[in-house]
Amino acid sequence: MKYFYYPGCSLEGTAKEYNLSTVSLMKALGTDLIEIEDWTCCGASAAHAVSELLSYVLPTRTLALAEKMSRERKEKLDILVPCSACYLNLKKVSHDISSAPGLLEKINAVLEIEGLVFENRLAVRHLLDILTRDIDIHDVLNRIQVPFKNFSIAPYYGCQCLRPFPVFDNPEKPESMEPFIRAAGASVHSWEMGGRCCGASHMTTKPEVGRMLVAKILTRAKWADMILTVCPMCQMNLEGFQKGISRASHEKMDITILYLPQFIGMAMGLPENQTRTDLNLCITPGFYDKYQAALKQLSDGITRSA
Amino acid sequence: MRSTSRHILGSVKEMIQACIQCGTCTGSCPNAFAMDHTPRHLWQMVLNDRTRDVLTSKTFILCSSCYYCTLRCPRGLPLTDVMGSLTRLARTENPTGFKKSHLFYGQFLQSIRRHGRVNESELMTLFFLEMKNPLLPLQYAGLGLKFLQKNKISLPFVEKEGSHGLEKIFEKVREMENQA
Repeated sequence: MKYFYYPGCSLEGTAKEYNLSTVSLMKALGTDLIEIEDWTCCGASAAHAVSELLSYVLPTRTLALAEKMSRERKEKLDILVPCSACYLNLKKVSHDISSAPGLLEKINAVLEIEGLVFENRLAVRHLLDILTRDIDIHDVLNRIQVPFKNFSIAPYYGCQCLRPFPVFDNPEKPESMEPFIRAAGASVHSWEMGGRCCGASHMTTKPEVGRMLVAKILTRAKWADMILTVCPMCQMNLEGFQKGISRASHEKMDITILYLPQFIGMAMGLPENQTRTDLNLCITPGFYDKYQAALKQLSDGITRSA
Repeated sequence: MRSTSRHILGSVKEMIQACIQCGTCTGSCPNAFAMDHTPRHLWQMVLNDRTRDVLTSKTFILCSSCYYCTLRCPRGLPLTDVMGSLTRLARTENPTGFKKSHLFYGQFLQSIRRHGRVNESELMTLFFLEMKNPLLPLQYAGLGLKFLQKNKISLPFVEKEGSHGLEKIFEKVREMENQA
């Protein structure tokens, strides 16, 4: 299987490990990712706050570049996007041009100055969508090497991979991550916070509100061993402010937060230079010990059976 | 506020004309607790042409684009998009309100204009400088330091290899918007 790949800005910076672990996992699962050449920012949540036309032009520029590659390579591939905000911005273009007459022409009139044209030919898909619908879960199951037995794991989906477009999961009661958690031998932490909002950029512009939303999520994950995410914004909000939130609420709220492909990679026995858990901001000592114990049990088992 | 003309809200009004005031949006909104007017109340204010009250309300600036209201609205109204439209309107009609959000989004776009991709450390540095609040950076110093230690953010104002700005695109968009 092959996909065009759009990492997006965060995955070059604060979410490096999401990029590297996605690439490693997809490779291990026999999938080729072809990065879109010369891609640029999707506009994030900033463009639509300033200019409507720009909020369409920015993601479309990258889509047009992917179509150009598709023509040159004579391959029609889906576009894989790991960041939920990028995914929605890219996906929204093809949705909105169908209901807004003249919008496509306007966008193309801007892109023309770079010699680009957008024809709405390629499908935009979230990483979780591709893992869920294109990858055979039995294939993952067969490759599990490190069982996460006795781990309770909270799947956190956030908003924009689920809403407003219900594509691969139920936007009110998401469950697409659960098969991967169970495949790794762990149990799914039961909670209703999976699809709730982390506050997105409130942490910068309205920190007092952002902290409230994050605190609600962390509180409800208290009895879990870790939270899994599929979005760099969610990841940063959940892992970056734990100390401050714990201090303010007089309650210890530290918990390990990993990206889904890091976790699946760990369970499949990929080395740390591929899962890049060295780059995460909060892997708790408790989690680390439990994981080391699982590894030790595994190597003991191998030695005994040898 | 530059103007209180009722025409300003015209396009937004059209988007929510079919609102039945059921309050599903408010019940679904994770940020409603912090708003001065709930989403349902804001739609009512829009429909009643209360332009000044609408554009000085904190409601739309507190929207985090979770899309729960859009998903659940029984009339199928694009409510998250409406919040975006109001944010853009407030930017031009009430430029002194919501300084922090406007400055942040403004710097964000400048970063894209200069580099094509967002340079996170440059964005935050310029945002802090423009906010002129010496205590603000301290709130994020710990996190910034962690990112630096992990070598996850590049230095501000250093061009990444192969990256380029989008000057022509931004200029063309501005030109077309001025014509409209």
